[in-house]
Amino acid sequence: MSDRAMSDKPLLAVEDLKVRFPTRKGVVEAVRGISFSLGREKLGIVGESGSGKSMTGRAILRLVSRPGIVTAKRMEFDGIDLQRASEAQMRTIRGQRISMVMQDPKFSLNPVMRVGEQIAEAYRTHQKVRPAEAKKRALEMLAAVRIRDPERVYRAYPHEVSGGMGQRIMIAMMLIPDPDLLIADEPTSALDVTVQLQVLAILDDLVTQRGMGLIFISHDLNLVASFCDRVVIMYAGHIMEICDAKNLAAAKHPYTRGLLNCLPKIDGDGGDLPVLRRDPAWMEQGI
Amino acid sequence: MSAHPGKAMIEVEKLNVIFGQSEDRVHAVRDVSFQVPEGATFGLVGESGSGKSTVLRALSGLNPEWTGQMTVAGQTLGPKRDKAFYKLAQMVFQDPYGSLHPRHTVDRILMEPLAIHRLDDPENRIERVLGEVGLGPDFRFRYPHQLSGGQRQRVAIARALILEPRILLLDEPTSALDVSVQAEVLNLLQRLKKERGLTYILVSHDLSVVAHMCDDLAVMNHGAVVEELAVAQLKRHEPKHPYTRQLMVASLGYDRAAVDRFEDFGVESGAPGRGDETTLPPAVESEHNRGP
Repeated sequence: MSDRAMSDKPLLAVEDLKVRFPTRKGVVEAVRGISFSLGREKLGIVGESGSGKSMTGRAILRLVSRPGIVTAKRMEFDGIDLQRASEAQMRTIRGQRISMVMQDPKFSLNPVMRVGEQIAEAYRTHQKVRPAEAKKRALEMLAAVRIRDPERVYRAYPHEVSGGMGQRIMIAMMLIPDPDLLIADEPTSALDVTVQLQVLAILDDLVTQRGMGLIFISHDLNLVASFCDRVVIMYAGHIMEICDAKNLAAAKHPYTRGLLNCLPKIDGDGGDLPVLRRDPAWMEQGI
Repeated sequence: MSAHPGKAMIEVEKLNVIFGQSEDRVHAVRDVSFQVPEGATFGLVGESGSGKSTVLRALSGLNPEWTGQMTVAGQTLGPKRDKAFYKLAQMVFQDPYGSLHPRHTVDRILMEPLAIHRLDDPENRIERVLGEVGLGPDFRFRYPHQLSGGQRQRVAIARALILEPRILLLDEPTSALDVSVQAEVLNLLQRLKKERGLTYILVSHDLSVVAHMCDDLAVMNHGAVVEELAVAQLKRHEPKHPYTRQLMVASLGYDRAAVDRFEDFGVESGAPGRGDETTLPPAVESEHNRGP
């Protein structure tokens, strides 16, 4: 936490990142050479299914499994070259420096282990502390994600908690090692809209208090525009546009405009929704 | 209140659905009543566990345990539905990855309802309905895994339409789809309704989808309808119940200040929020008391 002074150097710099999957029918290019950088801010990555947004998140943590091939001209996190780092180095980075919240807590939590113990385990993996101390920190973390009765939830199993609470538990687990960068891959898509916003508010406050960087991956353009500082719009493995979230309504790229227009609106006129027309050129080139 | 002053196509009166017994008892639907005029689209909105899908399942006969009165096209419904009911009303489900048989071709999927109802001329009916949902005859001999999510949902709609029903019960028909595909499917549903004079009940958690599609809507929370209103009222931002207002605020996007004002709406419909959270008896929210 000590050297977290504001600096101009980006926390994460990605240049010409490509993720490819060789298959029998030829190479599938999931991410086709994207570049972006991230400071201590909330960066949204938006795209439809298959746009490569999740693969981008996984590639940063080197979690793309074989036969996937990840290449980049540069992929640097806080001065560390993520491509050259050894597996041992990566293990100290994952969780402690960069952590990741997945979409569905049902599949991300261990079903036969009490949730509190899972959170404490995440802490003890990176810190040499006694079990009692880890438990104390886990309870504090549960309180920090606004769980009303941390003692009771600590003892609960994953099937005993609701979706919203499960996602708060996941966030507690990912934040307990105090990472510098959090990658959240559709962390709230499975939740009801009010619960979703409550979970985001917790994330928002923690990111602000701790000065973390956040990559928020989502398909929900409106949510990202209202939650993040900047938005990366992806299509077919390319970045179509990067813009300030508050200027999203004035986005220029036809794909972004198309996505915005095809959303039904509460005060719309109920007429036919404009249908997105996909330009084949978007497949070829991003920015 | 409705834009369609015709006679009611669907009437639901004091519908109650209770699952389980004693400790496991879940009162999933509480005294729900509404009417849908012929040719209208009625929206049921609510969060997960609010009972909105259960209402639809009771209506469609998928859920035989219910009390109250339901009338469709003048016929009072019993616990079991006959074949004639399914000629009248068909359902489209949320997940087109789960609702189509993975080992049946589109042709076989569409043939089944025709065989059950012994309808003549299946060849022409299948080709016609595929055309109507915007899939060409090329799609006829494909398997579901060869189709995109949007195409699968079109097949599911075609399967419902092939019996030429007068009512479609739509359970979150676009929530598994990308927004650009959602727009196409919503446009398709609007066009089919216009062409065939269909009556829809649309269940959704998405207030903007309901505002786009429906004439009237009911907002459900904990099994009860907290408010029934015309979509015009919603569009003027005039919902009366605080729960509806909260849903509206939430569907407009993230606003840090608004989140702090969110209330936890209790089980009693019409009751104000549960008040100070710290005075509540601590409880682990559990899936099992939220209903299926």
